[in-house]
Amino acid sequence: MFQSFMLHTWIASTIIALVAGTLGFFVVLRRSAFAAHALPIGSFPGAAAAVLLGIQPLWGLLAFVAVGVVLLQQLQRLGRRDVAAGLVLVTLMALGSLLLSMTHSYGPGVFALLFGEVLGVSAADLLPVAIISAVVIFGVISLYRPLLLQSAFPELAVPRGLRPGVMDLLFLVLLGLVVAMALPVVGTLLVFSLLVAPAATAQSLSANPIRALSLSILLSLGMMWLSIVLSFWTNWPIGFFIGAIGATLFSSARIFRYLRDRFNSRSAMVTP
Amino acid sequence: MMGWFLSVLHCEFLRSGPVDTALLVGGSAAVVCAVIGVFTVLRGHAFAGHALGDVSSAGGSASFLAGISPLAGFLGIAALAALALEFLGVRKVREQDVATGIVLGAGLGLSALFLYFDITTTSTTGAAVTVMFGSMFALSSSIKWPAIIVACLALVAMGLLYRPLILSVVDPELASTRGISNHWIGVVHLLMLAMAVALAALSVGSVLASALLIGPAAASIRLSRRPTVAILGAVIIGLLAVWGGVWMAYESYYWFSGNSWPVSFFVVAIIFIIYLLTIPLKYLTGRKTPVPVAVQHATGAS
Repeated sequence: MFQSFMLHTWIASTIIALVAGTLGFFVVLRRSAFAAHALPIGSFPGAAAAVLLGIQPLWGLLAFVAVGVVLLQQLQRLGRRDVAAGLVLVTLMALGSLLLSMTHSYGPGVFALLFGEVLGVSAADLLPVAIISAVVIFGVISLYRPLLLQSAFPELAVPRGLRPGVMDLLFLVLLGLVVAMALPVVGTLLVFSLLVAPAATAQSLSANPIRALSLSILLSLGMMWLSIVLSFWTNWPIGFFIGAIGATLFSSARIFRYLRDRFNSRSAMVTP
Repeated sequence: MMGWFLSVLHCEFLRSGPVDTALLVGGSAAVVCAVIGVFTVLRGHAFAGHALGDVSSAGGSASFLAGISPLAGFLGIAALAALALEFLGVRKVREQDVATGIVLGAGLGLSALFLYFDITTTSTTGAAVTVMFGSMFALSSSIKWPAIIVACLALVAMGLLYRPLILSVVDPELASTRGISNHWIGVVHLLMLAMAVALAALSVGSVLASALLIGPAAASIRLSRRPTVAILGAVIIGLLAVWGGVWMAYESYYWFSGNSWPVSFFVVAIIFIIYLLTIPLKYLTGRKTPVPVAVQHATGAS
């Protein structure tokens, strides 16, 4: 499991989990889970086009993530947010299936792109991952306070001169970068789980932003490492473990919170 | 023009067995999705509808392993996921986003596993493509009747519940004073949604199912807010997209010298183009006052 060819996987996935846990906190806070689902799917044709053209998947992904960000932003203004995002998503997905059908690796190619290929990380992939994650972390740190304010209390942010449209765009750009970076490893369909599940679990356990953010990062790391270990042992796709562990974490947090609330309300009734 | 069109149609298009099946199954999916999609969009459940489609892929991929009909697989998992969504509380707006997301993640994870087993234990290497992106021309003709029966069931249920559904969409408080349980209406609506999604997943693939569900309905709602007109418009747009897509995919074999493009791509592309076209159209037609008409409609005769 710790052979040299796995080393790149471990490094890349640790960085990805760190960044995804950080940004996921804001995804859940802003309730933009749909955008977090739409962007990876929107960049799916990018990966397919890269396979077709024989270039690095990351470049294709970045190009299409940019298209996805612009389209999402534009369509959100025009109409119902969920409908617009949904339609952009499926259209880009259909385009990806078309592009993949033109390559000769239709079946296996589709599977790897949808559900992740954990062993496919090479040394050359690490540098872009490191650069992009540095950019994202820098973005989150410099935007931390305005982003937190605007996500939690959008109406309070306006009088402070934070334009919601600009914040939305900045946030989508950060999200797009994380998605493009994580997609080849975790897969189109489950990048989303990595972004949402740890953060949702953390936020249902703590209302304190710093504590919830740290917990989200820790859970994201734990989830990623455990998934790689299990995927390595069983040879099953890593996407399955990401999805399953995410759902387990979230349900346990919900049950824990429910029991804690019941216990608290009962003891509150007894003490007076 | 018309004569040319008819000669193209008469040639081999309608005589081909797979085309026949694709037109029937896709057509029934388009009709059911259009009717239920209008309510889905009006209730703001587009994300839930999309999630059901994605999650139903677990059923589709399990059906290869279990050797059952893919329709049964899609339908079973979509219905289970609908109940899970209800249980996790899609009704509370605050929780909706995250709860849907978690169900989505778990379902997609499962389908990753099932597809992996499909590929490794059976010889269906194309399973991922079939389940996720559909292959309408590869549907077996024995699935025609089950698909039509599911479609009829969904339409009958919609016919019976039409009034209470509209009322609970437009004015939940008024609905509850009239003795309509918004909770049960929600559950029944999600189950009908599962039927529509299963049919759509069977024809255009589970990841693209929401195009058929949301696209025609959203485009049609842009043009008219009257529920009956919107539903009729959505049915027309849906059929146009599916049948047009099937025809274009069939013809694309000749356009691209033997490399035909996937049906689902054409269907989704047509839906997206129609949706984009309705954005400027809305300003030309002028929008009718939405809510009062629907309220009169729902309450007037009851």
